[in-house]
Amino acid sequence: MLESLVDATGLTKRFGSFTAVSGIDFHVQPGEAFGMLGPNGAGKSSTMRMIGCVSPVTEGHLRILGMDPAVDGPAIRARIGSVPQEDTLDTEMSVWDNMVTYGRYFGISHALIRERADELLRFFQLIDRRDDKVDPLSGGMKRRLTVARALINQPEMVLLDEPTTGLDPQARHLLWERLYQLKRSGVTLVLTTHYMDEAEQLCDRLVIMDRGRIVAEGSPRELIDRHATREVVELRFASTEEQERSVPLLEPGSPRVESLTDRVLVYTSDGEAALGLLAEHALQPTSVLVRRSSLEDVFLLLTGRQLEE
Amino acid sequence: MIAMGGARLLVERNVRAYRRQWFVFASGFAEPLLYLLSIGIGVGELVGRIPGPGGELVTYREFVAPGMLAAAAMNGAILDTTFNFFVKLKYQGVYDAMLATPLRPFDIAAGEVSWSLLRGAAYSAAFLVAMLLFGLVHSWWAVLVVPAAVLIGFAFAGAGLGATTYMRSWTDFDLVSAALVPMFLFSGTFFPLSRYPGWFEWVVKATPLYQGVALERALVFGALDWTTPLHAAYLIALGLVGVRIASRRLATLLTA
Amino acid sequence: MRAPAVSSLVERELRVFVKIWHASAFSAFGMPVLFLVAMGVGLGGLVDDRPGAAAGLSYLHFVTPGLMVAASVQQAAGESLWPVLGGIKWDGRYVAMVASPLTPVDVFAGVLAWIAIRVAASTVAFLLVATVLGGVVSPWGVLALPATVLCSLAFAAPTSAFSITQENEVPFAMIMRLGVLPLFLFSGTFFPVSNLPGALQPLAWLSPLWHGVELARHATTGDAHWADLAHLAILLAWVTGGWLWGLRTFPRRLTP
Repeated sequence: MLESLVDATGLTKRFGSFTAVSGIDFHVQPGEAFGMLGPNGAGKSSTMRMIGCVSPVTEGHLRILGMDPAVDGPAIRARIGSVPQEDTLDTEMSVWDNMVTYGRYFGISHALIRERADELLRFFQLIDRRDDKVDPLSGGMKRRLTVARALINQPEMVLLDEPTTGLDPQARHLLWERLYQLKRSGVTLVLTTHYMDEAEQLCDRLVIMDRGRIVAEGSPRELIDRHATREVVELRFASTEEQERSVPLLEPGSPRVESLTDRVLVYTSDGEAALGLLAEHALQPTSVLVRRSSLEDVFLLLTGRQLEE
Repeated sequence: MIAMGGARLLVERNVRAYRRQWFVFASGFAEPLLYLLSIGIGVGELVGRIPGPGGELVTYREFVAPGMLAAAAMNGAILDTTFNFFVKLKYQGVYDAMLATPLRPFDIAAGEVSWSLLRGAAYSAAFLVAMLLFGLVHSWWAVLVVPAAVLIGFAFAGAGLGATTYMRSWTDFDLVSAALVPMFLFSGTFFPLSRYPGWFEWVVKATPLYQGVALERALVFGALDWTTPLHAAYLIALGLVGVRIASRRLATLLTA
Repeated sequence: MRAPAVSSLVERELRVFVKIWHASAFSAFGMPVLFLVAMGVGLGGLVDDRPGAAAGLSYLHFVTPGLMVAASVQQAAGESLWPVLGGIKWDGRYVAMVASPLTPVDVFAGVLAWIAIRVAASTVAFLLVATVLGGVVSPWGVLALPATVLCSLAFAAPTSAFSITQENEVPFAMIMRLGVLPLFLFSGTFFPVSNLPGALQPLAWLSPLWHGVELARHATTGDAHWADLAHLAILLAWVTGGWLWGLRTFPRRLTP
């Protein structure tokens, strides 16, 4: 087996008395797409910044490409690409100059930069805008430019912190498609997201983080199988009274029944059977939805429904 | 002045916005005073007596103080109506929000100018007190120094506001300093026009700052003559033209 | 800090600068020259009516190095306030830089290197014009260039170390108005420090600008003193102090 690209044990990040990341262990293998899923404030970005060698490790062991970020930060950063949460484009320059300038920070020759920048701008469908300033670009274009720029040094591993947050559906799909092609070409991807569909689309393996800890780890399918049931039934009732009556009837047949203010969620292996229980007692929901359970269900089960701000 | 109802609301808005940055407002007092101490007193030590407005010999600090007062009135008005006005117009969208209320473009132009004049009057009054303390005031006409400073402010605020409505980007502000700095340095502020060749003297006399400096100097020394009301009329005319242009342009810029 | 890293940062600044150089040409070059003509030639005529008043020099010779260093310091201060905060706060370009192999210390060194280059370029232009106008007496005047650059860095190093710690630009206008402006006016630029009231003279000695002006003046007038070694040492101490401070603040802000 190849050596892992990221090797973290007991990784901890504290800011003063606040612990952002609390002793997590994980490993990223070459060629895989590794995701960190979690609500805001879970410690994803702090972890990403430590991997990107732009935030010192408070405690624990971290090796990137076999090197220690505290000692070899510049050498590590020379071999990875970084897409931070906020676009950090140079707004005083054109699209093209952004590529060139960033390449120069890596000490790459002008000739080589020109060649790669041209190729990357084509790949990310930005070549028509090469001489435009950055500010008037759409959100999706800015994001693609940030990713294109991060690839100027032909990195072995690319860090993407919430790559598609705030983009419209077309822009997201275009970016996913490009990231998928990148992964197929052998580049290792490490990304954070709070979109379940993104994690399911892109990640081979992921960890779910909550309050600075890893609460689950596995492939998307494994996580669903392990932490959720095969199906989820969503029920709405005409009155609260009916909803309250239905819950005790459903509980015996299903591992978990969740009663929310507007609906009842039944996690079950057989949705039809659960509905049958209600029919026996002449309870008629106003709407019924039986669906396969998703990563979203796992996520909400593990991290709770409380809004963390 | 009936139309000033809307303008008053805008002044109120600016007062409220400034309350949290009162120290920025307060530090405005320091600037002309520091210039007076440095150039007036410090450099003044190096200079002998020079001819004042009435032809009599005066000390350099007596000569330069009214010039600085006029220049400060100009700078304050220009800063408010170009730089600050541009930020609100282009970036903060302050005026777009105002025009969604019953306020009209004219209220905005008049309001910004009034606000600038109120601040300018406060700064000039403080500077006049400093001049009194340094013994640089020689005539009772000096009570008109503050209203005269308001006139200077009005002229430049009008001109600045009018010019700003034509500005496209920050680069255009270079034109503002390219016009202002030479005026600041060469309008008889720091040395008498007699230092120039004859034709250049007339160029300088045509500038609004020279008009302001001459007006202030005449009042401080009590050396009034038939040109004094002409200086005042020049300043009022410039201000009126500027405000008129600005409110027309604002109407097209904001309600287009 | 490594040389290729710093040169890639200077390259970035140059790339921006070649497109917008005209926007700063007036403030960096035109303005100091206008000040030189107004103060050195215009006001100078009045001063020279009393020979020897300005530390035994003609006023043009006295004020030329003063204006040169003061203008550079103002430029250096401006460049190390807004643009530095902007790099972390507004466009985040420093964040992008430290995600590459560049380190926060490289970024800090890049800021200072670029300021030194900018200041050197405007100082060379100013020296040429001043020589034509007769403001520079001695061929040793070329040494005024390194003196000016050093003095600018004595400001830029601590100022950028401070700027990077800030959350918004509110303190900056205050620093320019209540910090840089008084130094500009009272550091032996326009009149000898010995003309300040006795109690204030030690304050001028604290000002790095005064040490820079003295060095530059001794160069342009070809009149070296043993005290120049002390001026040099003090300026170097300011640069070193600012550098050491920045070694703490830049990493703390850019890689928390």
